[in-house]
Amino acid sequence: MSNFLTSSIGKKFLMSISGLFLMMFIIVHLSINLLLIFDDSGDLFNQGAHFMATNPAIKIMEPVLALGFLVHIIWSLVVSFQNMKARPIGYKQLNNSKSSSWASRNMLVLGCLIFVFLVMHIIQFFWKIKVTGDPLLAHVVVGGEEMENTYLLVSSLFKASLIYSLIYVVGAVLLGLHLAHGFWSSFQTIGFANKIWLKRLQFVGVIFAIVIAIGFSVIPLYFQIKF
Amino acid sequence: MEKTINLTLKVWRQNGPKEKGRFETYQVSNISTDSSFLEMMDILNEQLVNDNQEPIAFDHDCREGICGMCSLYINGRPHGPDGEITTCQLHMRKFKDGETITIEPWRAAAFPIIKDLIVDRTAFDKIIGAGGYVSVNTGGVPDANAIPIARPAAEEAMDAASCIGCGACVAACKNSSAMLFVSAKVSQLALLPQGKVEAKRRAKAMVSKMDELGFGGCTNTGACEVECPKSISIAHISRLNREYLKSRLSE
Repeated sequence: MSNFLTSSIGKKFLMSISGLFLMMFIIVHLSINLLLIFDDSGDLFNQGAHFMATNPAIKIMEPVLALGFLVHIIWSLVVSFQNMKARPIGYKQLNNSKSSSWASRNMLVLGCLIFVFLVMHIIQFFWKIKVTGDPLLAHVVVGGEEMENTYLLVSSLFKASLIYSLIYVVGAVLLGLHLAHGFWSSFQTIGFANKIWLKRLQFVGVIFAIVIAIGFSVIPLYFQIKF
Repeated sequence: MEKTINLTLKVWRQNGPKEKGRFETYQVSNISTDSSFLEMMDILNEQLVNDNQEPIAFDHDCREGICGMCSLYINGRPHGPDGEITTCQLHMRKFKDGETITIEPWRAAAFPIIKDLIVDRTAFDKIIGAGGYVSVNTGGVPDANAIPIARPAAEEAMDAASCIGCGACVAACKNSSAMLFVSAKVSQLALLPQGKVEAKRRAKAMVSKMDELGFGGCTNTGACEVECPKSISIAHISRLNREYLKSRLSE
């Protein structure tokens, strides 16, 4: 097994498995976040966030998630670097728009942009909630239970700043583009595809990407438009 | 009814593997639109020979799209602007009068340039040598119907076997990956009972040889399938991944 992870397919296998894992996280993340727009008192989202913060299963998964991100990011750099080495001299004239999609050729670029977004996102929310704290997070009581007012932290940002709201929409679109290729590609890499399933997975991948992109975009837009 | 066109050609010239290459510009005139791309190259070479210049070296053999010898990266695409054909099957009617055509060799670390537009594709032979065969003891010829094979499997194996090993997949791939070629060569055997015996060893040996020779990895852009003159499906790549993972996980 020693050289499995350094073989071309082994490296892609890691990218695929970590990618699929991150996609599951994204689904959970979006589901909880959508609670933001269904209750303007914020109780529903605060309960959701409190559940995620205190649930033991989620607590166990948190370091695993961090590991998933690290593997996906570090391995993508390793894979991309080695793939660049495979063509030391490039073509003078390149006409590849007919044969492959822009997203599929620019997964590294999309990934890097999403990483920049991720860092900003962590500083704005995760870091404040978990580490530094914020006056906006002052405890509230929902259903007899005391919890941090995560709703106020999130909604204040989106209500106050048009620019940040738009950055979050751009982040969601970038993620959607990344997933439009990443979804079916991850199944292809683990060997779960044939002529029929390839088309099905590509179709589902596009739907999935659109749902994720629109789902995350709706939240900042909702606060911008309604308040 | 014959139509003729005049063209400007920008051709990659390189005297030898270690020499520095450069683009040279040539003019050809009165090229019949009914001629093939390689015939146009022949006309250009005749012109060069008559001018006491070195003709352009390019690969070709059968000139009917079945040998896989011709290559050429024409106007940014392997085998030129037409689909599902090799360069020898490309007609000059695909080009406009006065057009500038850029002609480059396959670009890949694993395909070093020998001269001008000719690249060394023995890396493919080495991959085949690593496991792209079935071992049989010679003896009497078995009856053709002795081993039952389902029709869909036979069809798909045949589709994979239509790979002519031209290297367009490597040339088209942004990573210079040979996955489409290797997957076709693994699939044509993995689908048939005769190939199943050595399936595990084969996938592992061929992939590790491919990695060793300096081909890139697959990122599923799908460019190879589109540019393949035989339209080999990337579904075969998924099968190769499956075969390889099965082989490694059973270790």
